[in-house]
Amino acid sequence: MFTLGHRLDIVNLTVEVEGVRILRNVNLSVESGEIHALMGPNGSGKSTLSFTIMGHPKYHVVKGDILFDNESILHLTTEERARKGLFLAFQNPVEIPGAKFEEFLILALSKMFGKRIKIKEIKESIIKELREIGLNENHIRRGINEGFSGGEKKRAEILQLKLLKPKIAILDEPDSGLDVDGVKAVAKVINEVSSEGTGVLLITHYARILNYVKPSKVSIMVNGRIIAHGGPELAYEVEEKGYEEIIRKYLG
Amino acid sequence: MAENASSDVREILEYRGFDELLRPVKVKAEVLLKGKITRDLVEEISKVKREPDWVRRLRLKALEFFEKLPMPKWIYGIEELDLEALIHYIRPATEKARTWGEMPSELRSYYEKLGLPEAEAKILAGLATQYESEIVYSMIKQALAKKGVILEDMDTAIKKYPDLVKRYLFKVYPFTEHKFAALHAALWSGGVFVYVPPGVKVTAPIEAFFLIGTSYEAQFEHTLIVADKGSYLEFLEGCAAPVYSGFSFHDGMVEIYVAEGAHVKFMTVQNWSRRIINFNNKRAVVERNGKIEWIEVALGSRSSFVYPSSILKGEEATSSHTVATIANGPYWKDSGAKVYHLAPNTKSKVVSKSISANGGVSVYRGLVKVVKGARNTVSHVSCDSLILDEKSKAYTYPHNQVDEPTATVTHEATAGRISEDQLFYLQSRGLSENQAKSLIVLGFLDAVIPKLPEELAYILKKVITLEFKGVG
Repeated sequence: MFTLGHRLDIVNLTVEVEGVRILRNVNLSVESGEIHALMGPNGSGKSTLSFTIMGHPKYHVVKGDILFDNESILHLTTEERARKGLFLAFQNPVEIPGAKFEEFLILALSKMFGKRIKIKEIKESIIKELREIGLNENHIRRGINEGFSGGEKKRAEILQLKLLKPKIAILDEPDSGLDVDGVKAVAKVINEVSSEGTGVLLITHYARILNYVKPSKVSIMVNGRIIAHGGPELAYEVEEKGYEEIIRKYLG
Repeated sequence: MAENASSDVREILEYRGFDELLRPVKVKAEVLLKGKITRDLVEEISKVKREPDWVRRLRLKALEFFEKLPMPKWIYGIEELDLEALIHYIRPATEKARTWGEMPSELRSYYEKLGLPEAEAKILAGLATQYESEIVYSMIKQALAKKGVILEDMDTAIKKYPDLVKRYLFKVYPFTEHKFAALHAALWSGGVFVYVPPGVKVTAPIEAFFLIGTSYEAQFEHTLIVADKGSYLEFLEGCAAPVYSGFSFHDGMVEIYVAEGAHVKFMTVQNWSRRIINFNNKRAVVERNGKIEWIEVALGSRSSFVYPSSILKGEEATSSHTVATIANGPYWKDSGAKVYHLAPNTKSKVVSKSISANGGVSVYRGLVKVVKGARNTVSHVSCDSLILDEKSKAYTYPHNQVDEPTATVTHEATAGRISEDQLFYLQSRGLSENQAKSLIVLGFLDAVIPKLPEELAYILKKVITLEFKGVG
């Protein structure tokens, strides 16, 4: 089908970190407006995949390719990937003490949208979205993620997702460490950006968030490989049976 | 200062971030003395300046110490400098001006580029500018002059206020202490004398600005500040040098006497061009209940060696040192603070932050000395270094000598490398590597920046952004 949207394709991707092979022949794709859930037990390589897509210097692609709109992005820097419209919500965002969160947001947004928006408008939209996600002005006056609780860090990542309006977003466990209200707030934004056209790769350990976000595709990763592709029913199967049984079923 | 003035001041100070804009100055020299450092040279400088004999004798005594004292072992890069090949004294062919209009236009346009006349009009209580070896301009606001505040070039001060100058000159900072202090005392010229009478508060800064216009030149200005009982003074020190071939040498001295209950805030923005080897000998003696505040922002120069020292002589005297050092590029920045607690209930605080990048080396060298009997002294030193890449280095040499059991002397130091994960995080939001670095650096300096006067904070942020701007 012909589409005007964007797409991210992971093709036969094999990745090493400091000489250790973590991902093997991973195939996965995400399109505009689509939510693709990637599930798997801890240590299965889900975060490695997200860091590799974003171009972390420690993650080496040994084989395969990452295509954005059918072009390889392997030669691009992290900055260039971001500016193409890729976004990663980190599972454990780093703290950058003293570097003001607000100044950072303004810098990132004005770089992303250039002269199309004024600083005043940027500031207004930051304040608006900040409240929506359940943070306040106090948070943006602090250093980036400085002294944020686990839940606040998650919300701050989702705030950036909302503000930066990426074409394809990789969300690495955006729900872990959040209470029910937090999960709902995060899910609301995911649904919003998705309906506005962002393609979402939603990495999650638990199926809990899938009560609020409805993926059209679900993939299961175990030991650096995708062992199953399916529809929403696969997520319910995981929730019902647990990973051990799923692994037995698909790996035999 | 009025609220609305601060944005103007920002613009003014911004000029000073761009030393590459400056072309070599072409003002003729009336007198130029160079070559070997001998008794003849010293006598000649003294003669040209028509000094009283006591000053001449001080110089000759200092020369003896210069010849005798060993080369300090901790100075790095000094071998690049051939002291004997330098020009030690230049008197520009211009009279000292009291208004900008009196100044030769070539020189005036230079100061205009640096924003000095504007700064004077908007924020300063007084201003003295030095070109090469002599003060070429000085002015003080009428209201302050009427209250008895003195701002004079040192040559004039020696003649007009000999007793006052004699009481403090090289008494706060004895030239016998090291080779470069002695060299300074033998060859010094220029600098200003400031006297604030008892109880007078000078709340807008008096600025001294030093310009080195020639390569292979040595500048030895001497600043002497006397803050009498219960007075207050804010003093700002700035500098500039154009980019030329060859190195020049700066070996200045600042002596500050803080009388009982007086308070002096001394701020330096060191923004010499990369052709300057910078040495500065700064010291304050603080009497009972007095306070000295040093704010030292070291941005420029090829190599720099500055350790302001505070001698807390009277009971309950206090000192505060705030040092921000940036070594970005193949430069060596040696900075620090020295505090001598000589009396009971004295307090000191040192906060130092250094940044090393692109092969830069920054060094913190500090001393806290508490003598026996300086009861209940409290001293806290914290120094943090941030290293941006594998090529760069930071060293910390704190030294405590505590001979008083009731003293509380604490020290904390951290040294950290910028983390790959922090850079990755910021770049994943579309920031370039350099933007990410400057953001991390500003964050690191966040504890220091609010302590600076607004204008200095602004220029520091601006310079950091420029330093790490690169492409993109």
